Amino acid sequence: MTMASTGSAVGSASAPALGSALGSAIAFEWTKARTLRSSLGSLVLCFAASVGIALLFGMVLRGAYDGMSPEGRASFDPVGSGFNGLRLSMIALVVFGVLLTSGEYATGTISSSLAAVPRRGVFYTAKVVTGTSIAFVVAAVVTLVTFFTAQAAIGGAHNAAVTDDGVPRAIIGAVLYLTLACAFSMGLATMLRSSALTLGILVPIFFMGSEILNNLPKVRTVAQFLPDAAGSIILRREPPDDTVLGPWSGIGVLLLWTLAAVLAGYLSMRRRDS
Amino acid sequence: MIEVCDLTKRYGDAVAVDGLSFKVKPGQVTGFLGPNGAGKSTTMRALLGLTRPTRGAALIGGRPYRELAEPLRQVGALLEARAVHPGRTSYHHLLGLARSNRIPESRVREVLGTVGLEGVLRRRAGALSLGMAQRLGVAAALLGDPPVLLLDEPVNGLDPEGIRWIRDFMKRLAAEGRTILVSSHLMSEMALTADHLIVVGKGRLLADTTVEAFIAANSRSYIRIRTPEPERLRDVLAGAGVRADSGPDATLEVTGAPVETVGALVAQSRVTVHEVSVQSASLEEAFMRLTADSVGHRAERSAVRSTGGAE
Repeated sequence: MTMASTGSAVGSASAPALGSALGSAIAFEWTKARTLRSSLGSLVLCFAASVGIALLFGMVLRGAYDGMSPEGRASFDPVGSGFNGLRLSMIALVVFGVLLTSGEYATGTISSSLAAVPRRGVFYTAKVVTGTSIAFVVAAVVTLVTFFTAQAAIGGAHNAAVTDDGVPRAIIGAVLYLTLACAFSMGLATMLRSSALTLGILVPIFFMGSEILNNLPKVRTVAQFLPDAAGSIILRREPPDDTVLGPWSGIGVLLLWTLAAVLAGYLSMRRRDS
Repeated sequence: MIEVCDLTKRYGDAVAVDGLSFKVKPGQVTGFLGPNGAGKSTTMRALLGLTRPTRGAALIGGRPYRELAEPLRQVGALLEARAVHPGRTSYHHLLGLARSNRIPESRVREVLGTVGLEGVLRRRAGALSLGMAQRLGVAAALLGDPPVLLLDEPVNGLDPEGIRWIRDFMKRLAAEGRTILVSSHLMSEMALTADHLIVVGKGRLLADTTVEAFIAANSRSYIRIRTPEPERLRDVLAGAGVRADSGPDATLEVTGAPVETVGALVAQSRVTVHEVSVQSASLEEAFMRLTADSVGHRAERSAVRSTGGAE
């Protein structure tokens, strides 16, 4: 990142401090994010998918509980089941992150954006901060609405209360999981500069990769360190006992993935022409 | 002021810009002319900090673009007309840019009015015609009321009305004392718009001169004569100290004497002629001849335009 420029520039305007430059750049990113139908659409989809699935799962589970075997009842997790739809929300937030970043390269707006905010570090920081903040707020709303919708649908007999053991952790964890997934996608998309390529790599890693690999005994130990598999352990009320990672260490692994992707995006932004 | 010093940009083995140096002064329109692939866009992008030079510098007001504070207030640029997200409205596109440089929102409506787009400000950029998109690009360039403007091929794809609008507009901006650098591959367009010319070919500087001087130095005019007796007429002209060369299709080409003198000599010698006409090489031809080596093929002779003829 270049430091705040010193001295006076060509016109009468003097160089603003880094903080004020970052503030303007964030205002820029915020305006861009809220004025696009596609990015707003991905957020609406994120909400609708998760809450809709929570409602459906909850209603099905309410009727199915009585027919479950004793083992099934013992391992029944109303929190984890209610959060099933969050995997789709996560994909919607990944798409949102990709639209904000590589979407600029796809449409050619990157030239005019970088002409407006030429310091790459300021531009990139503003983008990641704005996108992650929006994702955090949306994730918090989606997670809470999903939780209460699911528990209401499952019904008072078998559902979880927000104060139950492991529930606050699952809720906080879900918000972090969704937010980090979005930040991860922004870093990766900046590095790859292509929406199609990013979604072609991200969705398999985040979604299918962990599901498929987790079912193969030999690679299972390794597969749980994939971003999605590691980050989603916390979504359950009781952590599984057959994984190396626990709820928080899983979030820790996802955080490391995210930091690596964001750093890679930054380095590629600095190094390459645009 | 714009300053390009020994600018060089390589992409692998290919050299896009090769040791280019020039300065652009305020208060006039400076045309940045060269065939496609001469390195104009690369130079423009280097000036905007979008491309890192391999060597040398591209400076605005003595500093690299990336060091400018709130650069939209200092430099306005029109690169590709379609550098707008098709899903965003004209108004919101400009609003974002305004926010990024702390330009008041009122300025957005103002520049949309200046370029005549106030009627479509809620229309998505993807639904704008090319001419409108170009105007939106100009509006974006004017947003910060900058003293320096960089316009890359602004007339590309415009209809005649749009071309005239851009042309008049650039002249007006220059008259306000701004520094205007406008690239083009059309000599004829630059002859109408620019006061000064920077001509490049294969990434190198070919000419840095006023438009008038360029035209005087590069346009070649001659008198074309068609006659059934070329040898006899050639002797007559030579006798008067006028040199005639053989042109295509058994014509003679006379340079260095006014058409009146040639006409009088033809009349005195009573040689039959079918044509005596003044031929001016077009500016386009002058430009093509200058850049011929750099594009690797000779300018076609057919670019010669007749300015008067008689049978």
